Amino acid sequence: MPSFSRRRMLATLAASPLALAMPSWAQGKEPLKIGFIYVSPIGDAGWTHQHDIARLAMEKNLAGRVTTKYVENVPEGVDAERVIRELAQSGNKLIFTTSFGYMNPTIKVAQQFPNTFFEHATGYKTARNVGTYNARFYEGRYLAGIVAGKMTKSNVAGYVAAFPIPEVVMGINAFTLGMRSVNPKAETKVVWVSTWFDPGRESEAANTLVAQGADVLTHHTDSTAVVQAAEAKKVYAVAYHSDMSKYGPNAQITAVTHVWDKYYTDRAKAVLDGLWKPDKVWGGIREGMIAMGPFGKTVGNDVRDLMKKAEAGIATGKLHPFQGPVKDNEGKERVATGQSLGDDALSKMDYYVEGVQGKLPAAK
Amino acid sequence: MRAYLEARPRPSRLAVWLAPLFAAVATIVVGFVVFSALGRNPFAALHAFFVEPIATRYGVAEWLLKASPLMLIGTGLALAYRANVWNIGAEGQLTLGAIAGGGVALAIGDAWPSFVLLPMMFIAGALAGMAWAAIPAWLRTRFNANEILTSLMLVYVASLLLSWLVHVPWRDPEGFNFPQSKMFDANAMLPILLPETRLNASFLIALAIVALAWLFVRRHVVGFEMRVAGLAPSAADYAGISLRRTVWFAMLAGGACAGLAGVGEAAGPIGQLLPSMSPGYGFAAIIVAFVGRLHPGGIALASLLLSLLYLGGESAQVHLGLPSAVTGLFEGTLLFFLLAADVLVNYRPRIARAAVAT
Repeated sequence: MPSFSRRRMLATLAASPLALAMPSWAQGKEPLKIGFIYVSPIGDAGWTHQHDIARLAMEKNLAGRVTTKYVENVPEGVDAERVIRELAQSGNKLIFTTSFGYMNPTIKVAQQFPNTFFEHATGYKTARNVGTYNARFYEGRYLAGIVAGKMTKSNVAGYVAAFPIPEVVMGINAFTLGMRSVNPKAETKVVWVSTWFDPGRESEAANTLVAQGADVLTHHTDSTAVVQAAEAKKVYAVAYHSDMSKYGPNAQITAVTHVWDKYYTDRAKAVLDGLWKPDKVWGGIREGMIAMGPFGKTVGNDVRDLMKKAEAGIATGKLHPFQGPVKDNEGKERVATGQSLGDDALSKMDYYVEGVQGKLPAAK
Repeated sequence: MRAYLEARPRPSRLAVWLAPLFAAVATIVVGFVVFSALGRNPFAALHAFFVEPIATRYGVAEWLLKASPLMLIGTGLALAYRANVWNIGAEGQLTLGAIAGGGVALAIGDAWPSFVLLPMMFIAGALAGMAWAAIPAWLRTRFNANEILTSLMLVYVASLLLSWLVHVPWRDPEGFNFPQSKMFDANAMLPILLPETRLNASFLIALAIVALAWLFVRRHVVGFEMRVAGLAPSAADYAGISLRRTVWFAMLAGGACAGLAGVGEAAGPIGQLLPSMSPGYGFAAIIVAFVGRLHPGGIALASLLLSLLYLGGESAQVHLGLPSAVTGLFEGTLLFFLLAADVLVNYRPRIARAAVAT
């Protein structure tokens, strides 16, 4: 692909209203105001916590040039639109809406505020002034699976999951594929809790999985409950979103963490420099949006090396978690030998791979 | 020695009116202390809470929009609570209303004109809410099962039903397998009352229901019977007032109102079916009903107060960076003082010596 073309330059210009009208912050007079909307309280760990760490990092990296405001614990649905609008109305020129359910409200408010830029996490709708961003969580899941596959004695991993949306299903499948790449006998059992955040239900589900023989647990929910339950039951745990070793000093063998720090700083810089345009960003290990947490002390060097090798493979593009052949758990081939799954197929995933027990609740 | 509350034989009329004022002053005093302790200017905080959210036309529209479902559900619940029928499951009845109304919208789409489709959606929603409320009513009248438990448990059943619908049969085929229905067609959306806001016709429906309930409680014989059944069950029984009829009527009225509110949310600000259609309006309306003293007029005011507090909490976060826990604390303080003042209007605190008390 040529690095420069007239068409591309025109497209960039057209997508960049800033190039034409220089607003006051671009002239360096006053700091750029940036707003964040969070789906849960910031807390000590979890999805929202990682976004807030990144907000603070951005404030530090661009000290004096940006100021930020956030609204936490805003449920997806009818209230989101008002809060996003309020953030735009009160002068924030860049707004990060950090949950899938904010998608339609973000698009609606963006139409009313054409000179404000919006960044929506994990959605699929974009607009002239709305970009989306997401992380390749599944890459970290695959790596965590390698560690889990080596550490399990019972060959059963337990997975506490929130809702059967593609992002979560992708994680379950990648984890299982990673595990079976080093331990073909290992299997994954899933319990759906139908909530992103409910420590009570999460730890109940964790205990159920342990009772069914799982000796390594992981979760796609927001609290630290599963890691704590693993600590109490003396089994292993793979933490998600944040490093949770303080909640499971013996249990946690590794963690899949989200790192939005650089992305947020870059996007704010793009607005400051007048270069922001709506993108669809999907970054992973290579871009530093996914990072593996510290290993547990029980994880031996051989396992560490194995995972690090795979990590380097993913970073250089040599290794793809969904590298064929991949069969679903009813025996149907989903990815042919020699091929790997494209982004479009990934983002619509609605089946379990071989090694996951049970049936997807949403499957028709 | 033991402390207890003694019922006042005749609560003072003046105290009844002064109680909310007292509660407001006490809340503001506590607010001053809390906000100052956090190093914020308390005047700015109170301004952010009570003035900022409704300083604009859009803000007022949002305020009324948020109050509408609370007003509607609270009115329905109060009818039941007056009769000592404890419907705790309005959230589930709302969900069923949204499912039925939304189902009609999705099935018919733009095949029917708005003036036919919207009333159909509301009728379907009200009937579905009533049907959901009929289950605890039947269990209560047939088996004497406690309606507090059965109506509450049905909330979870309703939310799982909605979850299944948006995950499987009604899932938007273009939605990347995310659990939500497609957006409703324009003719299934409620007309907007104030241009460029989200305030829609469901607010008028809420007002109409409040007015109807007021007339009903004061003028209609069933309303009177329900009040008697609540105040003095054995007297009601003696007078030949049917408990069975009271329970049925109370549950169905609450279910219908919650069902209407569900359609109002689906066809109003949301415009599609999501795994959760309400941020807990069905439960918040229980507070509204009691803060409004189970009176339709009081409920209308209480729903405005509660929604203002809610908007104020967001505004305090946006403008002052107060954490949501503090805004929650402030809201709780106001409700605490309101209900405490109410208790003291009707009861007198007493301390009795142990010897006397035996």
